[in-house]
Amino acid sequence: MNPLKLSRRDFLTYAGISSSGLLLGCSSIISNSSKVKILPPENNATQQLNIFVAIKPDNSIEIVSHRSEMGQGSKTGIPQIVADELECSWDNVHVIQGKGNKEYGDQNTDGSSSIRKFYDKLREMGASARTMLEQAAADYWKISIDDVYAKDNKVFNKITGNSVSYGDLAELASKQPVPDIKTLNYKSADNFKYIGKSVPIVDLDDILTGKTVYGIDVDLPDMLIASIERCPVLHGQVKSFDATEALKVPGVVEVIQMPPTPETVVYSPLAGVAVLATNTWAAQEGRKALLVEWDLGKNKEHDSTIAFTTFKDNLANKPQRVAGRGDVVKGFSEASKVIEAQYQLPYLAHAPMEPPMATAWFHDGICDVWACVQDPQSVMANAASMTKLPVDIFNVQPTLLGGAFGRKSKTDFANEAVYLANITKKPVKVVWSREDDVRSGYYHAGAVQTLKAGLNNKNEITTWAQKAAYPTIASTFNSKKNTPQDFELSLGFGDLPYDIDNILMEKAEAETPVRIGWMRSVCNIQHAFALNCFVDEVAHAANVPTDQMILKTLGKDRDLDPKEAFDFNFTNYDEKLERHPYSVARYRGVLEALLAKTPIDETLPKGQGWGIAVHRSFVSYVAVATKVEVINQRLTVKEIHTAIDCGLAINPDRIKSQMEGAMIFGMSIALMGKINIKKGAVVQSNFHDYPVTRMNQTPVIVVHLVNPKNNAPGGVGEPGVPPVAPSIVNAVFAATGERYRELPLNQYLTI
Amino acid sequence: MLELNINNEIHQVDAPDNMPILWVLRDLLNKKGTKFGCGIGQCGACTVHINGQAMRACITPVVVAKNAKITTIEGVDEKGQHPIQIAWKENNVPQCGYCQSGQIMSALTLLETNKNPSDDDINNHMSGNICRCGTYPRIKQAIKQAAAVLANNEGDK
Ligand code: FES
Ligand code: FES
Repeated sequence: MNPLKLSRRDFLTYAGISSSGLLLGCSSIISNSSKVKILPPENNATQQLNIFVAIKPDNSIEIVSHRSEMGQGSKTGIPQIVADELECSWDNVHVIQGKGNKEYGDQNTDGSSSIRKFYDKLREMGASARTMLEQAAADYWKISIDDVYAKDNKVFNKITGNSVSYGDLAELASKQPVPDIKTLNYKSADNFKYIGKSVPIVDLDDILTGKTVYGIDVDLPDMLIASIERCPVLHGQVKSFDATEALKVPGVVEVIQMPPTPETVVYSPLAGVAVLATNTWAAQEGRKALLVEWDLGKNKEHDSTIAFTTFKDNLANKPQRVAGRGDVVKGFSEASKVIEAQYQLPYLAHAPMEPPMATAWFHDGICDVWACVQDPQSVMANAASMTKLPVDIFNVQPTLLGGAFGRKSKTDFANEAVYLANITKKPVKVVWSREDDVRSGYYHAGAVQTLKAGLNNKNEITTWAQKAAYPTIASTFNSKKNTPQDFELSLGFGDLPYDIDNILMEKAEAETPVRIGWMRSVCNIQHAFALNCFVDEVAHAANVPTDQMILKTLGKDRDLDPKEAFDFNFTNYDEKLERHPYSVARYRGVLEALLAKTPIDETLPKGQGWGIAVHRSFVSYVAVATKVEVINQRLTVKEIHTAIDCGLAINPDRIKSQMEGAMIFGMSIALMGKINIKKGAVVQSNFHDYPVTRMNQTPVIVVHLVNPKNNAPGGVGEPGVPPVAPSIVNAVFAATGERYRELPLNQYLTI
Repeated sequence: MLELNINNEIHQVDAPDNMPILWVLRDLLNKKGTKFGCGIGQCGACTVHINGQAMRACITPVVVAKNAKITTIEGVDEKGQHPIQIAWKENNVPQCGYCQSGQIMSALTLLETNKNPSDDDINNHMSGNICRCGTYPRIKQAIKQAAAVLANNEGDK
């Protein structure tokens, strides 16, 4: 009998399976302990093969993307990896956005980790499901699994040439035991079908027709919209408020005071007063009519300009040793040339295009949350700790994220929605304005760094000292922390790739006046800036081309172990050095690959110049070369060329698009980004005073992928950012002879 | 009650005259393709057409649209087959996608008046639309491609 000729029903009957829907398709992997059913089959025919893969009789394949999509493309990349091992047809794939569920592993979509951390796991999920389909077909044909193979959504019988579709096999396959991981067969790289392909993003059509659902688009019957007036100063509290006028605004339903800001902020709501209304406009108008009296608290006199002076004093007078080797005192005293410079970067806000948005609804003993969050599990944990309710009542569905850049890993906005929904017992959507976003963020910390190099008479760097001071991210989780931590110094500071005899690394205290968070590439921003600007300064002082100075100072190709080299506790982006070594050869290689393709030695008209920078972050390597023009103090970025080595490329086009975006994000930092704090409050408020790069400022961008396939996949979303600003500043020096050591550049030049 | 013509459909809506069209569309009429990005006319995420003109819906009171025709992203081509949408697809323009409704609505009015826009024309016309993800190089490419297709279609007529 040829199953190809059978209808699905005939096949299932023949195979002894009822299609009446008695099998619920619950995977053995899915926990039943939760009160919330995670990924219930939409109808009984959906067959769950494992937590990532379900197959329907109509041959459609559901693949879960368990990480949040914010533009980086993982909602496409993740299923690409699963689909490849699953041997299914991409056209049949439907991607399901995974809810918060710890069975998926870490869902905090940050650290450029969705692919690098889950590549093996995702292949395993695909291979495991494929094996179950193959075993089901083998059982049905009563032949060995070695006599079947899977391809294009079907399993083929090697002996007869017959085949049976995944849809028809799904129910049988779901009854198979989950295969032992050790027995799984994986495809060899030359057989990859989707890994390495520029598959278009799965939401493309919906984006272009306005059908996608972001955090702001969630809508429920009887939903109230909340606009919250938060205390402008961190740790300030509400003294009193008068809602009389607010409640008169048509559409305003209720005014609720938020809980006080705790000493250790984590992701707690900030102190404030929420206005709840039947539409966003009414909520915002009502909020304008509120009268709130604040007790501004301990930060009310904080001024970031003064704080930077304190950071500098602390660096000069109270440095704390981080790591080092050799004898820098002796080294500097013997040096024939000593160069020293200090660099300063301001606080920055993420300003994703969609501000934070979250909806919560308590009903039937559970709480549903829909929000543009980077980490649904964090919403569950923090909502549970705030409400003192069990974590498993929180059913968290991430929406699409209209950008995030780290801001939406901090789920304070979801906690606000949960808090208000718990009081009102109605669905509540908390809508942040742009002003809320810019003024109540988790800021990238302002930083000061001092670098000092000693050269011998052959212009070789023999001695190196570097110091850093900035408010630590750890302060958000422990209010006592007040110096850069090893996990932050691991982002391009303690992992100095240069081979220098005498090295000293130090840090100093910096007080925290605002919530500190991580923003796209985190402390690599300041570390790569100082390092690459400084090596450019040293090269000019030594009269050596900057690339030559970098390549020479790197020393021999080797795998750097910062623990061994300078006794630094390097966290390596939570990767083992065996899997993701710090390869000086790749660092050198990405720079050489870029320079081979970029005309940095061309003769330029007056007022133009090239600058370069290179950096390893998130276990990937990126070099950037920028050409600028400065005429009558007006700066134009004319070209940016970049090369990335991120190991195995899953979706080359998305890597390219991330690099383009990173260049533009880095330009915003270099040219315009600045958050000031005055009287404890953030001064900036919206895109007019916190500008970001616009199209007319965007240069020609050329991206090269230099991805050695035999290296494990590295990070992509963030590594493009760090080298951009130093390449621009170095180019400005080449063009003008002016060295700017403080960002952004619009304080010196017209942009 | 206000009568609005949105994408050639008539809607009755009970909104104060000064309520911005953005919130009328999104919250009262459940047309959520038009996005909020700044609320002060700085970012272009909320761009819609009113009588063919690109307007920032976040700062345009709904009363302005009385007796006018509003077009939103949902009205461009539901199936995504407008040459501009096709060009956007062929260049894989979007990253997060959030700004793209506004980008498309702005680009459309450029192509209405300029059949062969130069880089400068595109920069001038599109610089009011922020894309924080940085899709500008591809937007530019897609606009040129759509312009060529549209010019070709004209020629065929
Ligand atoms: S939301 Fe209207 S211009 Fe930004
Ligand atoms: S695609 Fe994300 S803001 Fe434009």
